[in-house]
Amino acid sequence: MSTTARNISKEQVYEWLSSVTDPEVPVLTIQDLGIVRDVLIDTTDNGVPEVTVVITPTYSGCPAMDAIAMGIRMALIGKGFRNIKVEHRLSPAWTTDWMSEEGKRKLEQYGIAPPIRKAVNPLGLFEEDNVPCPRCHSTDTMLVSQFGPTSCKALYKCQSCHEPFEHFKCH
Amino acid sequence: MTNSKNMSIQKLLYTLQIADNALILGHRISEWCGHGPVLEQDIAITNTALDHLGQARSLYQYAATQFNALNQEEKKGLFVSSALQSLIAQGKLLDEDDLAYLRDGWDFRNVWLVEQPNKDWAYTVARSFLYDCFNYFFYTELRNSKDETLAAIAEKSLKEVTYHIRWSSEWVIRLGDGTEESHKRMQQAINDRWAYTGELVKMSEADTAMLAEGVGVDLNAIASQWQERVASVIEEATLTIPQDTWMQEGGKEGRHTEHLGYILAELQFMQRAYPNMEW
Repeated sequence: MSTTARNISKEQVYEWLSSVTDPEVPVLTIQDLGIVRDVLIDTTDNGVPEVTVVITPTYSGCPAMDAIAMGIRMALIGKGFRNIKVEHRLSPAWTTDWMSEEGKRKLEQYGIAPPIRKAVNPLGLFEEDNVPCPRCHSTDTMLVSQFGPTSCKALYKCQSCHEPFEHFKCH
Repeated sequence: MTNSKNMSIQKLLYTLQIADNALILGHRISEWCGHGPVLEQDIAITNTALDHLGQARSLYQYAATQFNALNQEEKKGLFVSSALQSLIAQGKLLDEDDLAYLRDGWDFRNVWLVEQPNKDWAYTVARSFLYDCFNYFFYTELRNSKDETLAAIAEKSLKEVTYHIRWSSEWVIRLGDGTEESHKRMQQAINDRWAYTGELVKMSEADTAMLAEGVGVDLNAIASQWQERVASVIEEATLTIPQDTWMQEGGKEGRHTEHLGYILAELQFMQRAYPNMEW
């Protein structure tokens, strides 16, 4: 398969990237997460197309970022590209405000309570979000720990159906 | 001070000060992995270790870029580590891993507080609490740095540090305002860690140089914010602020307590024994 820069659009690359998912939360694509900041298409001197995908890390220490960069490479190699760059951009810092509505819906169906407020409105020091249970939708829930199995999630318990659940933190 | 070469070295040392605090505290906290008092808290504390490690990576990547832009003479004069001197003599460019794994104790610029041993949960909480209160206000200010990379790292890190300060403050209150035994031990831990807090807000040469350039943070301004926050949590925890004491220091100049050597022995073993290995 060969591809030339001429006939590739940004939109096309974005569409290909929609097959790349977060290894820790596989229902979310990297677009749902809002971590793809830009796509640049260029041609090297000998006419070979070069694609640069600019992503922003979610949390500084998130180990999924390396897997996601690899996923991007694999997706584009599968489309015939050989020159692929994945660049990191720190500013502006990633926020769950960039998560798509579709992403939030998929999270809830998957059993993870999605972010419920804009992260630009931070809580006070000891304030807590009242997060509805993704299973029974009761708002009688309790925060167990701000830290969960991955950096992006907190642990909650539903007092109505007594199920524990994870909440994708407003960050 | 107006020498531009001098300023690029000062900025590198400034970046390393911040990076080393993050790496060493992250490593210390990670020692709790699998040993936390309950599963949720084991997960919580190791999550914070991961944040510190991630912040250290961003900072070391930036430090490596700065180092590689120096001239050969400047490079030779910076680190005592013979492993690094050998790479520099060969004209190799350094990366984040070289800075983390191949510098010797004298080359590290972290404060003494972060290298102190975990001892028990109260001592671990006290160390994190006293540091988080500093780190929160430090990153808040560093967001305004004229240096775009440091400002971007600060903006990102601050979001994570906000979880840390909340977690460690809650634990100080829980233990301080808990049982007679937990109160006694939390107070003892705060007392014993207190002598290491002066260094957090003491201006090093790099701090002073970078403040003058609009890159660094005025630690004198941080000092009062730190005191206020620490005092309000300690009061809520029914604990007492320790008496003024002689403050221990030296980390920002590369002098360390005996504990750093043991940390580096474990942290650096693989890269020292099997250079360039990956896993």
